[in-house]
This record gives sequence, C-alpha cells and structure tokens, in this order.
Amino acid sequence: MEVRTVDGWERPIPDGGNVVGEFWRAAAQGRLVVQYCPACGARQFYPRLLCTTCGGEPEWQEASGEGVVHTFTVVRQNGAKPFSAELPYVVAMIELPEGPRMMGNVTGCPVEDVSVGMPVRAYAVRIEDELAIPFWEPA
Amino acid sequence: MARRAGYIVAAVADRTPVIAGVGLSDYPKAPHLDATGHHVQALRRALDDSGVRKQDIDGYATVGMMGADEAPTLAEYLGIDHRWFDSTMTGGSSFEFHVQHAAAAIRDGICDTVLITYGSDFFSRMGRVLGTGGFLQRAQRVGGPGQFEAPYGQTLIGSYAFAARRHMYEYGTTSEQLAEIAVGVREYAGLNPLAMYRDPITVDDVLASRMIADPLHKLDCCVTSDGGGALIMTTAERARDLRQPPVYVLGAASTETHWYIGQMPDYTVSGAAECGPVAFAQAGVTPADVDTIQLYDSFTITVLLLIEGLGFCGRGEGGPFVAEGHLRRGGSLPLNTDGGGLSSCHPGMRGIFLLAEATRQLRGQGGEAQVPDCSVALACGSGGWLSCISAVILGKEHP
Repeated sequence: MEVRTVDGWERPIPDGGNVVGEFWRAAAQGRLVVQYCPACGARQFYPRLLCTTCGGEPEWQEASGEGVVHTFTVVRQNGAKPFSAELPYVVAMIELPEGPRMMGNVTGCPVEDVSVGMPVRAYAVRIEDELAIPFWEPA
Repeated sequence: MARRAGYIVAAVADRTPVIAGVGLSDYPKAPHLDATGHHVQALRRALDDSGVRKQDIDGYATVGMMGADEAPTLAEYLGIDHRWFDSTMTGGSSFEFHVQHAAAAIRDGICDTVLITYGSDFFSRMGRVLGTGGFLQRAQRVGGPGQFEAPYGQTLIGSYAFAARRHMYEYGTTSEQLAEIAVGVREYAGLNPLAMYRDPITVDDVLASRMIADPLHKLDCCVTSDGGGALIMTTAERARDLRQPPVYVLGAASTETHWYIGQMPDYTVSGAAECGPVAFAQAGVTPADVDTIQLYDSFTITVLLLIEGLGFCGRGEGGPFVAEGHLRRGGSLPLNTDGGGLSSCHPGMRGIFLLAEATRQLRGQGGEAQVPDCSVALACGSGGWLSCISAVILGKEHP
C-alpha cells in the first residue's frame, strides 16, 4: 500500500509495544499485515500473542490491501480533539478478502458516497519513522 | 464493622433465589449526591422495602467505572461482612451478571442474603460526555486491543450505528421502525414523574432530531443522568418473613461475544441469541409466556437486536415486529415501563434499573404503568458495545 506523510498527527497513537506492534511497523513499510496460524490455518485481526482458535503462535502474512465496507457510520458529533475539528468523517469495518475485518476511516470521497459493499483500498499515513496508520479510500 | 462469629450458613430448606428488596436513589439529576451517596441511599431504601436487617447481608456485588478496587472499597465503606463477593464488570449488563451469579451462590448455600448496589453521579460530575465526548487526550499513546481502534475516532454511539447500518443493509430495517421503539418508551416515561423526558414524541420527531452517528439520531440514543439502585436477594424460605411478595429468579444466563466493537462476530446478532434460549430453558417458560420485557435501551438498535436474539420475533424481523406496536403500552410485550434509558434515566450502567422495574411489575406495584396480569418478566442487559448480554427471567409464582 502507498505510504503518505502527514503534518502534525494529533489523534491517539498506537504504543507499538510488544510483538503486535509489528502491524504498525509493517504499515510504515507499505505492508498491510494480518496474522496467520501455521498450526490451524486461521487468520485473525487484531494481532495477538496467540491464535484465538487453537492457541498456536501466529505468523505475519501480507494482505492484498483490498477490502469491502462491511458496515460503517458517519460520525457527526465527537467532542474529543482533534476529531471535533474533522467532522463529519466515516468510521467503517473493512472486510478483507483474507477474512478478518479491520476498523478504519474511509477517506477520499464525500461521506454520503460511502455504502455497505463498497470496494476500498488501503493506504498508510506515516506518523513516526517506524509507525504508520492504515486508512482506506474508494478502490 | 461488627463481624459475624461463625462462617456456617444456616440450613435453609427452600433455597430458591428471590429478589426480596429494591431501592432506587434519586434520579435523573441529583447534584446533592456523589456516587457513594447513591449507593447508600439505594441500600437504605432496599432495606426499608424488604425488611431485611443490614447485618443479615452476607453477600455483596457491585461495580463502577472508577477502577478495579471500587467494589472492595465499597464493601468496606458500607460495612458489608460478606462471605460471597462479585465485582464482575461487563458494562451496563454487570448487574444481570451479578444476579445470575448471586442466584447460583444462594442456591448452593454459599450465602443467604445478597446485596447488589450501583451508584453514579455521572451527569452532575461529567455532563453528557459518555456518548460522544471521548476520554482520550490529544496524541495519547494507546496500548492493548484499543490501539487498533483509537486512531479512527469511533464513538460509543457510532459503535451501535455499525449494528444499525448492517441490520438495515441485510434486512431492510428502517429508521422509522427503530424510532417506534423510542416513541413507545417515551409514552411510559410520561407515566413516571421522575423520568428525565416525559413529553410524548412521534416517529417524525425522532427522524427530525439531529443525526449523531448515521443512522442513529439524537432520539435513538439514551439520556445521560445520575442515579443508583440496590437489590436484595435471598432464599424463598427467608423471604416468607419479609415485607414484599418474593420475585423468583426463574432463569439467568449470559454471553460475551466480543468486547471491542471491531470484534463483533455478526453486527446483526447479539449474544442474546445464545444466552436467551438457555435462560428460557432454565425457567421452563417460552417467549410467549413473558408479560413484560425490561431491556437495555442504550440505543433503539440495542432493543431490536435483543428482541430478535431472545426469540420474541425471528432474526431480521425486528423492524416489522416493532412497527406493529407490540412493545407499546397496551401491546402484547410492553417494553421498559419506567421510561427506560431512552427517556427516564441512564447513569452509565443501567442494568440494575431493568431488574428493579421487572420486580416492581411482578409485585403489581407499577401504578399507572402496571402491566395487567404480570406474572413473568424478562430483564436483559447489554454491556459494552453489544458485547456482554445477560438475560434474567423473573416470576411471581414459585417455580
């Protein structure tokens, strides 16, 4: 996925600690990753220290970066900064062809254009040298 | 605190668990009370209601949003000498979980008389920040599972909107159908002199109210208030000597499907679809036997998913079912006869009010809002983000 830069990130920042922080570090390298369990074949998101199906040790697997809007909302009221200055915006659950769903924002189109079933593609916004946040826009 | 001499629970013949006492603290706005004041006032009122002496309480459950030690601190403050204790925290459904656990403890003879309390000064202290105020500071570091959602600005209301949007997509459910739930609950609020909002509303009023997180309007959302409650549970045997007709716990079951909204397995199905049938099987009754439902109405969509999961209508059929007016006063399944969270009070974790109102109805103390011939009532809490569901079936006849 394309990695873009941004001036001044004031949203919450993932702490990136422990092995699950690899998700954010991979995004900074342009890779959208999910976890795959070599023992049972399950894929999962969010990343964890164990496979939620069999308890095995998951490995990372690069996803295609494609997805479909599974459900969404248009947030029109949020008192928390900096979101209060960004209203309205779309928060969606994106279903990946690999299986898991991820929460994200759909940008790059009017909020009225977002619909369930809409195909989207991931891009990442670099907020620190080794940390980027995935976002989504119409495919 | 005066401690009991022994630790032997008296042999009691009929250990069927009952709700024997109920007390609510002042609501919806009580600037004269802090959270502890709500616990104390509700406790006193439940003791008065039941005739139980405080020193006979030997089990305690409570939970709040202030921290892990809030429950043991309150047990100490209130002077509860407990031999059974529970601080299960599942958000607003915590108190249904507590009743489930307490019923088992009473039945097993671990304790005889359980106090459950809740108290919140949320409105007076924090205002209306719960739904969309946000608790995170700008550029705050977030760890754990929350780090995979926090950067995206989701709100509590937006989380429930995920369910509403998907339900509309899969089943054609409409905003008008969801609005019907708010309209019916408001009608009952009109009968409750303490309810926060009492003036009648229409479906058009709901649809014309401000959109907060599509497709949920302001009037699809519960109020924010102060409030608290207390329940006293004991054995059917002990309840014979108390002031109120006992309300029997016929069945209770709980399900966690997820905690974070991004992990909800199916946005159109709540955990009620799992725990509801278990509670009904325990109770030996069916949805058709239920005379009133007291459901967690944090949002209109919450009610819709709960009635489908509990089996009052088929999956995906909640919209048309609601539109037929079943949940209204005079309908076949009156909902939230105290005015609910949508119109009466919601201090942050409302589950205890569902149990209190179900008890009031089964005792026949509902006043103008009394459901005729009420013998089975169902209270179902939903905590978190449709995450933790607990169904408690109560009856006025000994099972």
